[in-house]
Amino acid sequence: MEAIKKEHELIVAVSPHVKSEETVSRIMWSVNLSLLPAVVMGAYFFGIKAVLVVSLCIVTAVLSEYIFERALKRTVTINDGSAFLTGLLLGMNLPASLWSFSPFTIHVPIIGSFVAVIITKQLFGGLGYNVFNPALIGRAFLLISFPRLMTIWTEPSAAFLSFDAKTTATPLGIMKEEGVGKLMEVFGDKMNLYTQLLVGHRAGSIGEVSALALLIGASFLLFRRYITWHIPFSFLGTAALLAWIFGGKDPATGKLILFSGDPVVHLLSGGLLLGAFFMATDYVTCPTLKKGQIIFGIGCGTLTMLIRLAGGYPEGVMFAILIMNCFAPIIDRGFRTKVFGAVKAKESKK
Amino acid sequence: MSVLTFKGGIHPPDKKELAKDKSVRPANIPQRVVIPLSQHVGAPCKPLVSIGQEIKKGEVIGEPGGFVSAPVHSSVSGKVIAIGEFPNAMGRMITSVVVENNGKEEWTPLKDEPDYMSLSPEELKEKIKAAGIVGLGGAAFPTSVKLSPPKEKPIDTVVINGAECEPYLTADYRLMIERPREVIDGLKILMKTVGVTRGFVGIEDNKPDAVDKMKDAAKGETGIEVCSLKVKYPQGAEKMLIKAVTGREVPARGLPMDVKVVVQNVGTAVAVYEAARFGKPLIERVVTVTGEGIGNPSNLMVRIGTLVSGLIDECGGFKNGVGKVIAGGPMMGFALSTLDVPVTKGTSGILVIPEEGVVHAEDFQPCIRCGRCVDVCPMSLMPSMLSVLSEKGRYEEAKEYNLFDCFECGSCAFVCPSKRPIVQLVRLAKSLVKP
Repeated sequence: MEAIKKEHELIVAVSPHVKSEETVSRIMWSVNLSLLPAVVMGAYFFGIKAVLVVSLCIVTAVLSEYIFERALKRTVTINDGSAFLTGLLLGMNLPASLWSFSPFTIHVPIIGSFVAVIITKQLFGGLGYNVFNPALIGRAFLLISFPRLMTIWTEPSAAFLSFDAKTTATPLGIMKEEGVGKLMEVFGDKMNLYTQLLVGHRAGSIGEVSALALLIGASFLLFRRYITWHIPFSFLGTAALLAWIFGGKDPATGKLILFSGDPVVHLLSGGLLLGAFFMATDYVTCPTLKKGQIIFGIGCGTLTMLIRLAGGYPEGVMFAILIMNCFAPIIDRGFRTKVFGAVKAKESKK
Repeated sequence: MSVLTFKGGIHPPDKKELAKDKSVRPANIPQRVVIPLSQHVGAPCKPLVSIGQEIKKGEVIGEPGGFVSAPVHSSVSGKVIAIGEFPNAMGRMITSVVVENNGKEEWTPLKDEPDYMSLSPEELKEKIKAAGIVGLGGAAFPTSVKLSPPKEKPIDTVVINGAECEPYLTADYRLMIERPREVIDGLKILMKTVGVTRGFVGIEDNKPDAVDKMKDAAKGETGIEVCSLKVKYPQGAEKMLIKAVTGREVPARGLPMDVKVVVQNVGTAVAVYEAARFGKPLIERVVTVTGEGIGNPSNLMVRIGTLVSGLIDECGGFKNGVGKVIAGGPMMGFALSTLDVPVTKGTSGILVIPEEGVVHAEDFQPCIRCGRCVDVCPMSLMPSMLSVLSEKGRYEEAKEYNLFDCFECGSCAFVCPSKRPIVQLVRLAKSLVKP
């Protein structure tokens, strides 16, 4: 018999045969990178404790994902950067004071990270299936379980290796308890207040303090189109508007004076920028369609200001985003796309 | 100047530089051609020849099997040596006629018609039908059927599709550069058959020289306009082209004739001209053989029935280790499982992707709902939902998300960062539920 010429081995697959270079891990690592300026500023103001808290969160997040997936014999996905991002975001949302051996509080970031990655993400099926933003559930869990430890804020200082720091209140805390007048007293004047908030020289969670650093990261994400303007701008716009309308009080009587609030202070303090640009925009837990995203942003902004101005907590970003996460699937259903040619189809039936 | 385009779409690397400057040259005429009796959308042809019969070039070997059908002609002169089932590019077995070429190139008598424009629309349509012309852009829908809309659907515009939005392919581009006059003459014939005075040629603006050539050729013709369109895939999809050129939106699940338009490809227009002027049947077409995996990328005038293996050899064979061989373009083409399949009327290109260039899709990830697919879908569907519902076996629900409006352009799968096989999942769902 003649030798049969071996056929070229051809690969057969369904079209399309070319794909873009974008991958989930490239997106996740880019978001991680965009948070770097804010983390660096956090480390600058809160010293080595900030670095240690953030690192602890990241290590716990990645490690628990690894162990969980190995134990369940699933594909290990720690390289996609998503667990790293969850750990990083959680760490950025914690006070640096949690790195402390007496009293012992090291377990707090560890528990938070575990809850974020395992309970919130993995138990729901892993990346893509979680209903809530993992880092925010982690933080909410800690705030409810350790309300006192989670609200020990320290003064920013430039002594990097110092483990001792004076405790103080956050700008939002001061405003809630003692009013805007006190805030001006602490920071001197309005310009100084704005400048300090912009740079990040204030008490607060590690990654939320420097508005400028967050805006640099956010511009990177916007520029690379990893996020679009829809959620952050509707979120911030709504919050600013409500802060202006309902945020002002008569210093003497404490009575509400409409249209006298200071939106700038509200925008630059608390976790508003971090939440609006980096957490509300989480693909998995926000609506997919642009119209729905605007509704989602407006909802987040409204709830945030409702909590800040009328609720028990000084800050409301976390709960606002988590509550809106619940509505994301419903919003998507309500704003289903209209197929090309749909309008005309109706007309032709008439 | 406003840029003519549509909403959505993607920008894959166009890779046209590989074959763009290669003039169309006649391919080797093979010793043997395998001519499938179904090369078009619609009913397959009935064979008119028997084994052993001597036939001439251009002789009808298959007669239409229904209204939506087109006759098939022999592309060489010689002897019928087999009639049987042979695989086509999609992997289906198709009744085909194998002709042994006697090398004499004897034409069957053709009717020359120098004054073809004085023929009636019906006579022109008859010539187009007899020539077996189908849409040469890839879909291969019988042209005469498109030109015979029902009475209640009047036509007012003919659009020639010169978008050629599939990356790599340059067959239509070369025709517009080399034979612009014939494209315009073909358009005029098409306009006459449907009785309209308005004609467009739509070309993507990454081919400015083609736009210029076509504009020159159309100079002095009344009612014909050459439009430069924004480069964006899938600009050449019928509905997107009509939207860009005329601003009209074909209703969902409707046809171009619902908005009074007939669309024909550049290659089809040239074939129509040749059929009307010379009575020439469709026995050859321009095929772009290209890709990083082929020795010498070329644009060839290929006889229908030539095997892909022959074209590969003629273009310098494989290089860089063959991965995929695709009939058509990279976005919507079919990956071949064997090279022993014939070029048919709908084969616009043969694309060879080397092994290292193949994107493996087996390890795709869950949908992260990033919405990129929704942004690019030219039909404004939600591919993310379609893929998830299909993956979960909820096919009926996929229908609520307009499953059957998807024309599988692949833009969603191109942009998906999770590398999800969205087109495959859509096809699966389509095959398992009724529209």
